[in-house]
Amino acid sequence: MRILNPFIAVLALIAVGLVAAQVPGGQALMGIVLPYLAFALFLGGFAYRVMQWAKSPVPFRIPTTCGQANSLPWIKQNKIDCPSTKLGVIARMILEVFLFRSLFRNTKAEMHEGPKLVYGSSKFLWLFAILFHYCFLIIVLRHMRLFIDPVPGFVAALEFGDGFLQIGAPVFYQTDAIFLGAIAFLFLRRVMLSNIRYISLPADYFPLFLIFGIAVTGILMRYVFRADVVAIKQLTHGLTTFAPAIAAGQISPIFFIHVFLVCALLIYFPFSKLMHMAGVFMSPTRNMINNSRMVRHINPWNDPNIKPHSYAGYEDEFREFMKEGGIPVEKE
Amino acid sequence: MAIIKADKLGVSVAKGPSLMTGAVPKNDWWDVPATFKPGNYAYPAKKEIIEYHTQKTFPSHPGLFGQPRDWDPETDDWNLPDGWEKIILNGLKERLDKFRSLKIFMDCCVRCGACADKCHFFLGTGDPKNMPVLRAELLRSVYRNDFTLGGKILGKMAGGRPMTFGVLKEWFMYYYQCTECRRCSVFCPYGIDTAEITMIGRELLHLVGVNINWIMEPAANSNRTGNHMGLQPHTFKDNIEYLCDDIEEITGIRCNPTFNRKGAEVLFITPSADVFAEPGIYTAMGYLLLFEHIGLDYTWSTYASEGGNFGLFTNNEMMKKLNGKMYAEAKRLGVKWILGGECGHMWRVLHQYMDTMNGPADFLQVPTSPITGTRFDNAASTKMVHISEFTADLIKHGKLKLDPKRNDHRIATYHDSCNPARAMGLLEEPRYVLKNVCNNFHEMPENTIRESTFCCGSGTGLNTDEIMELRMRAGLPRANAVKYVREKHEVNMLSCVCAIDRATLTSLNNYWNPDVEVCGVSELVGNALVMEGEKERETGLRFEPLAGMEG
Repeated sequence: MRILNPFIAVLALIAVGLVAAQVPGGQALMGIVLPYLAFALFLGGFAYRVMQWAKSPVPFRIPTTCGQANSLPWIKQNKIDCPSTKLGVIARMILEVFLFRSLFRNTKAEMHEGPKLVYGSSKFLWLFAILFHYCFLIIVLRHMRLFIDPVPGFVAALEFGDGFLQIGAPVFYQTDAIFLGAIAFLFLRRVMLSNIRYISLPADYFPLFLIFGIAVTGILMRYVFRADVVAIKQLTHGLTTFAPAIAAGQISPIFFIHVFLVCALLIYFPFSKLMHMAGVFMSPTRNMINNSRMVRHINPWNDPNIKPHSYAGYEDEFREFMKEGGIPVEKE
Repeated sequence: MAIIKADKLGVSVAKGPSLMTGAVPKNDWWDVPATFKPGNYAYPAKKEIIEYHTQKTFPSHPGLFGQPRDWDPETDDWNLPDGWEKIILNGLKERLDKFRSLKIFMDCCVRCGACADKCHFFLGTGDPKNMPVLRAELLRSVYRNDFTLGGKILGKMAGGRPMTFGVLKEWFMYYYQCTECRRCSVFCPYGIDTAEITMIGRELLHLVGVNINWIMEPAANSNRTGNHMGLQPHTFKDNIEYLCDDIEEITGIRCNPTFNRKGAEVLFITPSADVFAEPGIYTAMGYLLLFEHIGLDYTWSTYASEGGNFGLFTNNEMMKKLNGKMYAEAKRLGVKWILGGECGHMWRVLHQYMDTMNGPADFLQVPTSPITGTRFDNAASTKMVHISEFTADLIKHGKLKLDPKRNDHRIATYHDSCNPARAMGLLEEPRYVLKNVCNNFHEMPENTIRESTFCCGSGTGLNTDEIMELRMRAGLPRANAVKYVREKHEVNMLSCVCAIDRATLTSLNNYWNPDVEVCGVSELVGNALVMEGEKERETGLRFEPLAGMEG
């Protein structure tokens, strides 16, 4: 059920998209109204969630230190994994955000007879996570050709690089294939590894199916059904210039399914685990400087009324013992 | 309680049906109830202990520890207050507003599972809910149900669960099967730190009076007598003087430590276990010899006689309250700075919480070693220095006369304690000290040391005897690494810088590696120190014969 329900949900979305593309006025709704709405909800929801996080203070400085701290001058510090400066934190965050450094540390533990524990290197999750995210990024950037006129140089360069194998016409983008492969890996891993299957929720399968659906409809549109690019460009340019118009009947329904799924993803995004995209920047165990003994960190709700059991109270209780034991006291 | 023999438990761990050995439970995790039976839970706090905390420790914060009462985890009536669900949910709301970490950690997990096999409790028990991700889901499911849009609309479909007695039981079971060691947070791509989750989970449990005695009684002792052992001032002093007697017998040197002395340059604070229990007392003898060797102008305090902080295992209010004694005493005595002994979670509090909670310590000076002149700028604000930093600096400047041959009967390895490693970054200092005081040192495998170090399995107030099997399971990853170096290099001494480790690793080694002993790094320092005017040493600080002196 955890897998089936989200799968059915995505199929239902596809069906809705397919039907809506064929009813009168449906194309305008799906091609113009919904994208604007979805984009607004995405931006608004994203900002709302980040602001909600930011509203809560960070009361304590709690970086996870993954290397030698700044200590005595002759002890070599690990300036990135245990940063004592802002620059170090920036380097740590860059490695985390762009190279998934923590995931790169992944190991796999195995229990053998004895009992004996063995830890092996395990980089597959890291590899496919990197492939998945970078392909996604490149594909999103490639789509900018549909929204920006003239096409920015970096987009054209990306397209050229992505299609450098020069297979087929239109040219085959290798990110498309890698992207599908990475999604398939992430899905199969969830299903086949017993402990990962056990922890997975519908909310883990749904985005995988949804993104897979987006990728497949996109690929079909480009290579199989050959949707009318000129008409699509007219529509997408119209969206970015706030003068949207749809050439009635020229655009294939597959395009509207694709757009509908993308809109579903945009709307779903801020309310889901996909917000890890923003959260990774704000995680206190990663984005804080390990200098808590050097610079005092302020907790806005620190309660000044919490005071230790007083020395006077302590001495009052134990004065006689202290005097007998030769321990100095304040009051004789 | 009698505990299963090591060879049998070893078979059970490696072959018994568990998620670690590939057996997948039939039911979804939310349909597997937590069942308490003798041996799988730590005893609840005694009623009078909670009464003490309610009346004496926190009269200012009614409800912080629920209602004092007797209750039995094995029954289905925990005597919870009316409307306890509401108390928990309100408590959760308050903490979401107070801790950004909690919000982010509730929202960002993608359940990638990278943390799953990083937890020593999972490796040793194979219980799915000991995977850090599920430990967090126990709380996250309630959070989703009541605090997220998806959960409010879709409920169970969105992975939400209402707060029920069954959920509360799971919390009590699994937030007391986590030692807040932070190993999972090293591997998490978003740095989700289960220590935060467990700390908040325990805070919430306290609000409805669900707690364990092994934490609450030491916390009460710490508040009243200054140390968790409940040693009264004269006993504390007597204990240290007994150690001085032993030192005199072994070395011929008499140390004369002072107590509560105003005007000393340095206040020294260490976990009270170091002055009371084996093998910590040998570490304390090491401190005493070191300070005598360099003629340090320092004092002990009977009022601030505990380095450890059982508040860290309770809630942030208790942590602040117990920690407050350190600065209060430093101010009263007029010392210049504070030197801290070897202790793991103590140093988490000192490094990451103390200054924020109880600073600024503007009445103290930036710590400067009176022997070497080194200024510890890394402690410029907190004004507290770790004994390993202090000792490493002394050795580097050639201020210690050392004879490492006196540790030739030891083949040592080093256990990084969780908190100094992952919440401080103290990795090289103790190693530098070790390599200078003993000739035989071998590292355990790299996946089990430094930032990847494994917990002793009994931290955060879990080193109580009634859960011994659980502790031996949780400590297995550490014990296994020790076994590896014992077989490969004949290691016979597991050194560490943590008082809890000294107690718990001793039990752990007795169980899994009976011929490996446990010591603090400072004990080996004490053995190696050549004191001026000493007699020829025939034994180490444990009265054990030195190499070549066996006959």
